[in-house]
Amino acid sequence: MKNKKEKNIYIDLFITFFKLGLFTLGGGMAMIPILEDIVVKKKNWLTQDEATDCIAISQSLPGVIAINMATYVGRFKKGLLGSLVATIGVILPSFIVIMLVSTILSDIRDNSYVNGAFVGLKAAAVGMIVWAVVKIGKGVFNDIMSGIIGIASFIAIWVFNVSVIYVVLITCLIGIAYIKNSERGKVK
Amino acid sequence: MIIYLQLFLIFFRIGIFGFGGGMAMLPLMYQGISFFGLMTKEEFADLVAISQVTPGPIAVNAATFAGFSVSGIAGAFFATLGVAIPAFILVNIVFEFVKRFRESILVKGIFKGVRPATVAMIAVAAVIMGESTFVQTNTMQWIPIAMCAISVFMVGKLKLSPILVFAIMGGIGVVVCG
Repeated sequence: MKNKKEKNIYIDLFITFFKLGLFTLGGGMAMIPILEDIVVKKKNWLTQDEATDCIAISQSLPGVIAINMATYVGRFKKGLLGSLVATIGVILPSFIVIMLVSTILSDIRDNSYVNGAFVGLKAAAVGMIVWAVVKIGKGVFNDIMSGIIGIASFIAIWVFNVSVIYVVLITCLIGIAYIKNSERGKVK
Repeated sequence: MIIYLQLFLIFFRIGIFGFGGGMAMLPLMYQGISFFGLMTKEEFADLVAISQVTPGPIAVNAATFAGFSVSGIAGAFFATLGVAIPAFILVNIVFEFVKRFRESILVKGIFKGVRPATVAMIAVAAVIMGESTFVQTNTMQWIPIAMCAISVFMVGKLKLSPILVFAIMGGIGVVVCG
């Protein structure tokens, strides 16, 4: 009986994350509120506090946010194997859908109507990215320091073609130095 | 064999150094892809558009697309594996000391320093995409530029869902540019 129940949890984890991957449009950011709703309210897998931890960690770690969340919830629920099952679940729909779309596209990409559609899709894609800059930028650029880091990073990557990896490492060090400095100020 | 290793490496780096979600990872992805000369800027723009209109995490979609178009199913497998492994390991390690990690100076530093940089990375992604979409054979393409501006208006001011905006713009593209 117990054995059967445990098996069901793995299947449940897999199906839950498979559905999340298959039905969420708009990437990992769009998944956050949906997943929160599922794991806290529908499944009762995590309490609200635990879900808040999960989201905070998934966003502060590098890597794909959706994979971070799947690994975390799976690990929380059923250890290492649980995290593996949930992660595969969230990846698999993308893997299958993208290969299908690519296979179909490779035959028709040169068709003039398809090409026309792509002009529109790409223009809209740039629009979504521009809007993300505005929306996220509003929340982030709230002091001079953030503004300088943002502009300097843009120039470094775009004008001087500096590797994004260096930009990440350097801005992380700057952030740590800033925090250490301001904490020291508080003590005094 | 080498191509699989290259794909794995490009996307493994994203798993380790990619902060701020799928859009912010695009410049890092582009740098890796152009370093090994795997795709043109136009193909990369296709990748970005497709990754956004299909369901699932943008970075996983992008990894599968890049891998598949460069070297088939095995390519897709190694690219996707590359992007997933670091997250899988890191989360499992951090899981052991959640509270300490959340209050650590590293996390605060990332929040203070890297977050503003991720906005810059998203902006670079817009410029990379814009270059191949708005400029062709050295002439400005005004129709896509207008479509982009209308898209920003629709999603920003009218609060339409992104996928609806994609559908509308794709449709207009077929009629106007097809």
